[in-house]
Amino acid sequence: MTMSWDAIRNRLSDVQGARYWQSLEELCDEPGFQELVAREFPAHAAFWESPLTRRRFLQLMGASLALAGLTACSLRTAEKLVPYVRDPEGVTPGKPQFFASAMVRDGHATGLLFESHLGRPTKIEGNPDHPMSLGATDAFMQAAVLDLWDPDRSQTVVTRGRVSTWEAFESELLRQRQQWQAAQGSGLRLLTEETTSPTLVRQVEALLRQYPRARWYRHDPVDRSALLAGAEEAFGQALVPHYRFDRADVVLTLDSDVLADEPASLRYAREFAARRRPEGPMNRLYAVEAAATLTGAMADHRRPMRSLDVGVWAGKLLARLQDGLPAADPWLEAVARDLLAHPGRSLVVVGYSQPALVHAIGHALNARLGNLGQTVTFTAPAPPPATAPFADLVAEMHRGEVQSLFILGANPVWTAAPELAFDAALRRVPFSAHLGLYQDETSALCTWHLPEAHFLEAWSDARAYDGTASILQPGIAPLYEGRSTHEVLAMALGSPTRSGLELVRETWRGAHPGTDFEAFWTGALEKGLVPGTSLPPVVPTPRGTPVAPPQAPAGLELVLRPDPTIWDGRFANNAWLQELPKPLSKLTWDNAALMSPVAAERLGLSNGDVVELRVGERSITAPVWIAPGQADDSVVLTLGYGRKVGRVAHGQGSNAYVLRSAGAPWIQPGLVLRKTDRTYPLATTQRHHRMAGEPLVQVSTLQAIAATGSMPTEAPPSLYPEVAYPGHKWAMAIDLNACTGCSACVVACQAENNIPVVGKEQVMREREMHWLRIDRYYEGPLDAPRTYFQPVPCMHCENAPCEVVCPTAATVHDDEGLNAMVYNRCVGTRYCSNNCPYKVRRFNFFQFSDWTTESLKGMRNPEVTVRSRGVMEKCTYCVQRIQAAKGDEAATGRPIRDGEVRTACQAACPTRAIVFGDLNDPASEVAALKAGPRHYALLGDLDTRPRTTYLSRVRNPNPALEEA
Amino acid sequence: MAARDSEPPVIRPGYTIASAAREIGDLVLRRPIGWPWLMGMLLSAGLLTLLAVAVVVLLVRGVGIWGIDIPVAWGFAIANFVWWIGIGHAGTLISAFLYLMRQRWRTSINRFAEAMTLFAVLCAALYPLLHLGRPWYFYWLLPYPNTMWLWPQFRSPLIFDLFAVGTYLTVSLLFWYVGLIPDLANLRDRAPHRFQQLAYGVLALGWRGSARHWQRYESLYLLLAGLATPLVISVHSIVSIDFAYAIVPGWHSTIFPPYFVAGAVYSGFAMVLILAIPMRAAFRLDGLITQRHLDLMAQLMLAMGLLVAYSYATEFFSSWYGGNPPEWTAFVNQVTGVYAPLFWGTLFCNVLSVQVLWAPKVRRSPVALFVVSLLVLLGMWIERVMIVITALHRDYLPSRWGLYVPTFWDWATLCGTIGLFFFLFLLFVRLLPIISISEVEKLVEEGA
Repeated sequence: MTMSWDAIRNRLSDVQGARYWQSLEELCDEPGFQELVAREFPAHAAFWESPLTRRRFLQLMGASLALAGLTACSLRTAEKLVPYVRDPEGVTPGKPQFFASAMVRDGHATGLLFESHLGRPTKIEGNPDHPMSLGATDAFMQAAVLDLWDPDRSQTVVTRGRVSTWEAFESELLRQRQQWQAAQGSGLRLLTEETTSPTLVRQVEALLRQYPRARWYRHDPVDRSALLAGAEEAFGQALVPHYRFDRADVVLTLDSDVLADEPASLRYAREFAARRRPEGPMNRLYAVEAAATLTGAMADHRRPMRSLDVGVWAGKLLARLQDGLPAADPWLEAVARDLLAHPGRSLVVVGYSQPALVHAIGHALNARLGNLGQTVTFTAPAPPPATAPFADLVAEMHRGEVQSLFILGANPVWTAAPELAFDAALRRVPFSAHLGLYQDETSALCTWHLPEAHFLEAWSDARAYDGTASILQPGIAPLYEGRSTHEVLAMALGSPTRSGLELVRETWRGAHPGTDFEAFWTGALEKGLVPGTSLPPVVPTPRGTPVAPPQAPAGLELVLRPDPTIWDGRFANNAWLQELPKPLSKLTWDNAALMSPVAAERLGLSNGDVVELRVGERSITAPVWIAPGQADDSVVLTLGYGRKVGRVAHGQGSNAYVLRSAGAPWIQPGLVLRKTDRTYPLATTQRHHRMAGEPLVQVSTLQAIAATGSMPTEAPPSLYPEVAYPGHKWAMAIDLNACTGCSACVVACQAENNIPVVGKEQVMREREMHWLRIDRYYEGPLDAPRTYFQPVPCMHCENAPCEVVCPTAATVHDDEGLNAMVYNRCVGTRYCSNNCPYKVRRFNFFQFSDWTTESLKGMRNPEVTVRSRGVMEKCTYCVQRIQAAKGDEAATGRPIRDGEVRTACQAACPTRAIVFGDLNDPASEVAALKAGPRHYALLGDLDTRPRTTYLSRVRNPNPALEEA
Repeated sequence: MAARDSEPPVIRPGYTIASAAREIGDLVLRRPIGWPWLMGMLLSAGLLTLLAVAVVVLLVRGVGIWGIDIPVAWGFAIANFVWWIGIGHAGTLISAFLYLMRQRWRTSINRFAEAMTLFAVLCAALYPLLHLGRPWYFYWLLPYPNTMWLWPQFRSPLIFDLFAVGTYLTVSLLFWYVGLIPDLANLRDRAPHRFQQLAYGVLALGWRGSARHWQRYESLYLLLAGLATPLVISVHSIVSIDFAYAIVPGWHSTIFPPYFVAGAVYSGFAMVLILAIPMRAAFRLDGLITQRHLDLMAQLMLAMGLLVAYSYATEFFSSWYGGNPPEWTAFVNQVTGVYAPLFWGTLFCNVLSVQVLWAPKVRRSPVALFVVSLLVLLGMWIERVMIVITALHRDYLPSRWGLYVPTFWDWATLCGTIGLFFFLFLLFVRLLPIISISEVEKLVEEGA
């Protein structure tokens, strides 16, 4: 038999997964061997032709059994397992460990701690030490564990639609590298998303040194370049603003959802809410915006206005502030006076969707008000500096100048503006490799798709918005064959064996050359950030007065926005985020063309009517959803929907990217709407929005509080004696004045408590399972309503109506006041839900929990039962966390401190609106809040004595704009 | 005795003991199976099959196949339960209540009315079982000794229900069976086939009709009647507590127990008429179930209808006069909301339509009476659905207001139990005397 070693190696590199080979002949694929395989046991075949004796049968049987065991042996590399003869230090089976890392979105890191149960990351918490987290998280961070364990993730290398291996890719790279070498990399292009990773930057720089004619481009669908251009225009240098809400008494936002969709929003929301307390000096917020946003919902005064007109309005305000002549518009005049009354203590924020000129006006406004360096500071943007525009790359590709293209992380086929025709350009590139978490639209058109390691599987590093660097450490070895961007770049650099850890350490060894590197490294990992890496503030000098933009022609405009739950579409396959109700519309599973009631009436449209949206040549169809408070001539559509891949993402919503233009990514005039005769079912979780005359959300104004003092609430009298709770007495207080409705708590609860998703059809049938929901109510006129949020978990009533009606005692009170749900004992009469005035109970109408998908089993919190069909469930106050703390208390004898037990929703909340604790501890925060003047119980006159109570919402209106 | 003499005769004159016994007994023993019965049987069996399919699908997939949701966690299942239990009221009322009142006209109708009660309660009892999320653990509602040392939660009205309905079913069954014993012996003696003789003989428990037998029989029957009578009142009172006990506006109401009992008896009489009128025609029983019977039942139904109407008025008055905003909102929603057609349908069927019974002519017309009874039965079903759904779909928090839309399986289960009911009833008609032979004999003997 002749053999060629090359042939063998080739064969081995072609196979995917672990392939077991029996002999070198097999690898050669000789015809003789094929025949051998076909006959299976050629040497023994004769036995079966002769009559079988009993003795022989038993011999064969025994041998088969013995050999069957051998098939369990694989030829994988031997790995040494060490049993727990003595426990590794710090690891107690059953006790989770926490590790610091960070999640990167739009290039900016937010610090986090992930909870690991024996090596399985199951939950994410904020990193209190990280300046952009301050212990809080957003909904995306909470949902990241589902991304990690998502069974739809890309699991293997694919080339031209066929499964392949990393080895095959490496050998292909070998050939590519020879070409690059020859041409100094002239046909080599690198495309990444926005990034701040020092290691990535170092690697790319090395690559560009090696192949000087190669080029690096970045493309991110959430385009914030106007910020830099605006600063360039105002100050002559590219700077990014940092808002200091802690110092601002009066805030004006111009088309900005600064509390929700900026890289620093968690910090902003915290600082904003801290200044929102009526006890302290309370700030006042004005919002001028087209879309109804969370920031607008928090505003004391909000003015809906077309995005196109915001610049003109800002120009008028600037003129008013500069020449001092009273403006004709009383609203503008009142805002101007209020701003002028707070020099150095006011703040004007411009949203990233506005063009550079409006940013320049914003800077001029802040300069005029003396806010520069006070309420708004500046730094250079976190490195690296901007690259050439993405459009240049596409042009090069069209011209056929690109021979090899690496797309690391981005999904440009889907997110690039259609006029660029990126997909056609990509087809012209002979070698294209796409590294991504999913086999997506881009990977389908690339010659190679490479599975990416999730950030919880890989080493990396990144900088936060203020420049603070974090080192991202993995929580688990890659579940599939994923590799990180750094490892792929290392391959391109010719060192395929370098691990991510080595690469990241090398970067930081370079930045920290001292002998104490190990201590530095451990410290950075422990803390989740590298101290002293935040960027130094820059004090810019304004260059003259920007000229106000011309008035845009009247008519409908299209406003595109990142989606509040699936962002730019990267989380489209995350069922938690798909089923998370959008904070304002409460829609799930779809985007919709949002329009104001006036606009809908004018066009004869109602919810669910399908319209065709046309901008220039391009059009899509989308269902209409009426969004009270939106500007009348604006139609808002969120990005990220209309995906064609992924079992969860597929087919949901409409693809807004089709309407995107490269020049104006966010706002486009000249929208034409045409009603079709179709309707489309939309799944919302809240169908009624007015408070039916009941003070469910109690609202007052700062002035009214000052005039009348506190609003005392008393428990109604009762014939029954008070129940004593001698031990702990758990309770929760939710500050409606702090809640921005961001919904991070809802996903946090879902992740902590193994809450299943039910799918769009079941949401439409009112069967969603969220234990914690955020009710949103409107008050006032339809076109400019006031918006209130009210998170509603289980109230844990002391007189719980659910308990008395349960026939099997499946829901009972414990001696600490928790209303406990015993899943095992529940037969599912659902009487408890009927009798719950807060409707916080959730029923498993079907087998909603996924019991079969393997990867999801790893994701679940082992401390919480995975429920079966036919049982009721509801918020438990995260009883597993209480029990863990009580376990510690019992073990150490040290009483539980206030704040030691934090519910998942509380821990996630950016504004600290949710406070949980022990009422029997008079010093606890929750006890203090409940004694305060704003405290009230929802439906308190039913005498359910809820343990979850609320602090009323307080507005701080400008007396000039609102009669008391 | 004087009063009785002045009464018009209960059955048509001219019957002898032998002819009465033969007329009733031959329905079971000799009469061949007719087309109407066969068609009815086929239809009922078809619906029963549908029920079987609906139950299997329910057990395999879960209660999510129904239209229930949060907030409306109870739907057709509970409404149907209440409706069927209500229908099951008339039988015991007629046999026990009227027996104690010495109303001799009950004799012609009590037997099949009791059978109707049993079958209706059986249909009703299916629902609380099926509607459970995990029906296989239904026995956790029973107080049985167990290793978990757990009792049911006795404060729950669902436990009251279990006992109330269980007691009612047991006593009704006993009462019915005890009443049957002399007739079973009669059939045994007259049966032409060996198999029939054996079967009826075993069931007759050795009844020989001796004076001592009769003496014991009469005292037992009287005792059972005394036991059953309060149950007529208690069962639906307790069923109504399922609702009245809850704090849901529109449920939380002290009028519910009498209101439910009145409604129950109302629908029960309607069902008795619906059964009696075709049976009377098919088996030519107009000598035994006379126009006077129809008239009296119609009068009772009218009286119950007025009571029910009064309850509606009280409901309305207390929502308004009570000054409790959620109660008033719930009432306004009931009258004007999405489910307002249910309310107006209820008023039409239960209050308006029954007013024609003031006319003696209508009361004596079997066809008109049949139509009115159908309307009342429908009206009572709509009322049960309205009570369950409209109160739940909008309670305290507007954010959680929702809807209930019945699915195919909701309807299938409802139609299925109707099939089950008629299946059992048609079997009963063929196998047991539909009118009490011994009591009719007594009437003939007394010369009524």
